[in-house]
Amino acid sequence: MENRFFVDSERLSKEALEKKHRLETDPSSRKDYMEYLQGMERIESDVCKNVIDQMNSFDYMKYTARDVKAALEHETCSIEDFKALLSPAAEPFLEKMAQRARLETSKHFGNTVYLFTPLYIANYCENYCVYCGFNCYNDIKRMKLSMEQIEHEMKVISDSGMEEILILTGESRAKSDVKYIGEACKLARKYFRMVGIEIYPVNTDEYRYLRDCGADYVTVFQETYDAEKYETLHLLGHKRVWPYRFDAQERALMGGMRGVAFSALLGLSDFRKDALASALHVYYLQRKYPHAEMSLSCPRLRPIVNNDKINPLDVGEKQLCQIICAYRIFLPYVGITVSSRESAEFRNGIVKIAATKVSAGVSTGIGDHESKYTGKESDGREGDEQFEIADNRSLDKMYDDITGEGLQPVLNDYLYV
Amino acid sequence: MKEDKLIIGGREFGSRFILGSGKYSLNLIEAAIKYAGAEIITLAVRRANTKEQENILDHIPKGVTLLPNTSGARTAEEAVRIARLARELGCGDFVKIEIMRDSKYLLPDNNETVRATEMLAKEGFVVMPYMYPDIYAARDLVNAGAATVMPLAAPIGSNKGLAAKEFIQILIDEIDLPIIVDAGIGKPSQACEAMEMGAAAIMANTALATAGDIPKMAAAFRQAIEAGRSAYLAGLGRVLTRGASASDPLTGFLRD
Repeated sequence: MENRFFVDSERLSKEALEKKHRLETDPSSRKDYMEYLQGMERIESDVCKNVIDQMNSFDYMKYTARDVKAALEHETCSIEDFKALLSPAAEPFLEKMAQRARLETSKHFGNTVYLFTPLYIANYCENYCVYCGFNCYNDIKRMKLSMEQIEHEMKVISDSGMEEILILTGESRAKSDVKYIGEACKLARKYFRMVGIEIYPVNTDEYRYLRDCGADYVTVFQETYDAEKYETLHLLGHKRVWPYRFDAQERALMGGMRGVAFSALLGLSDFRKDALASALHVYYLQRKYPHAEMSLSCPRLRPIVNNDKINPLDVGEKQLCQIICAYRIFLPYVGITVSSRESAEFRNGIVKIAATKVSAGVSTGIGDHESKYTGKESDGREGDEQFEIADNRSLDKMYDDITGEGLQPVLNDYLYV
Repeated sequence: MKEDKLIIGGREFGSRFILGSGKYSLNLIEAAIKYAGAEIITLAVRRANTKEQENILDHIPKGVTLLPNTSGARTAEEAVRIARLARELGCGDFVKIEIMRDSKYLLPDNNETVRATEMLAKEGFVVMPYMYPDIYAARDLVNAGAATVMPLAAPIGSNKGLAAKEFIQILIDEIDLPIIVDAGIGKPSQACEAMEMGAAAIMANTALATAGDIPKMAAAFRQAIEAGRSAYLAGLGRVLTRGASASDPLTGFLRD
């Protein structure tokens, strides 16, 4: 594995450093990533097998311009058509794909764009995922907000006009248990009309509990559907257990959640295969739970600028746009979220084609909304950020920009019943 | 000549265009009222529940009837709760039932819709159920106390026009309530055709919301609906089949 992610903190003890290096270099020192840990619920489901079989047999080099043209002519996009649209052969057809995607988006969503903001309430983490800023070996300022602090953050965000919130934590059951997250959801219901969560995967009964607390949309990123690659990136902790993570959305739906969101972090492995698997994960679950609402996010590892050895698997803006258009054509009814990791220019462009949801007023740090929103000097008691964002537009600015593009910003489209 | 009015729940309407919910903006509402002549405007309660929409509600003129819908409901019970909430919000007694258990095609669930209609009619609502055009379900809706029946013309947002034409015609022929065609109408010509068939009114949103010139499209819908209605009232003339008739009469063998 390339060494582009490994960072050794000076503050790690000798023992910790040794363990870290052993995990990085000696696969036999890691736990079996396919084996469930104690307490993890196992459900009967054929969704995973369906998705992975399709992914493994996906040979994107065999598709030709003819397949792409045929895919664009078909009224309903089949799985085979979708594969053609994800293939390198589709790259010269990007503009045509964008036009078709826009048509599908307008049929299902009109010209609306939904707005939301994430709220990180804790950044403790028990996992060693080599690419993540929150990983347990990384020397960052850790923080877990108290209920008073959470409420304060929510007030600041709510005062900005935001009506939908996504509550996030680092993946630590010990520091941020389900009850803590549930209490945060109860508070959120006081200030917001729609509450989603992006937390570590939990069992069905825990999803049901969180639903009763007021959350009803669950986002879990699989990071990569390539389980062998996953194993080399998630070296320690419960997140290492790949199949338990895969079934998280299904458990959430079994627990009564209204909707679920999916994603691969494109660029961790072969992005075309990951894009195929992400969409098929949605596709097969939708067939099983036709009432559920589903959405896809599209984060990517950015290609390294000025890297002269161009990696053919890097996800540039064109590739990202191709994937998003293919998602839209294959799954016209799903929401597509584009995060603030992307630039304002990219987000302005992609909402006109296929994206239906964007974040605004984003901070990935802990407890810093007041200083970021109001300019009030921070008291230094803030937790570090998970990643840097590229689009830091406030809600007001985003609202105006979207309106200026001829689209209609929507702050909420949901009613708890 | 007697004035041609649409009567729903004891209320009279001069216009037969109803603005659907979905893609909402101030421009669209203004155009629908001013140019399409809409007297009924649908409102998704789930979206009315936001700060900006409260603002939009202030712009709806008096005399325009608000028709709250129950979109987002997956069961009859959820639809009933949303309808009651709409009443509390001051939307009046009209309610359009929308119950979907399919997030892909957004097709209405007729069974749940019949149940919700019965519950809400008993509570004094003027119930306008959105349904899949099925004669049995339509009869059940009548018996459950519906004020109108609102069959879909095609999957919502599909712009496929009167894909369910034959089945809508059966409802028009067999059901004594006003049949309002909802969903799938993408062009004025399709609205006109539905009116010629005897539909009582047309509901549309996307066709207007996504038009290049919204006021112009709104006016076009008004004209199309009025033309179709006039044609229906006038009684369509005979349509001659093309080509010559057979030279030997088919009934030539009859002797007396």
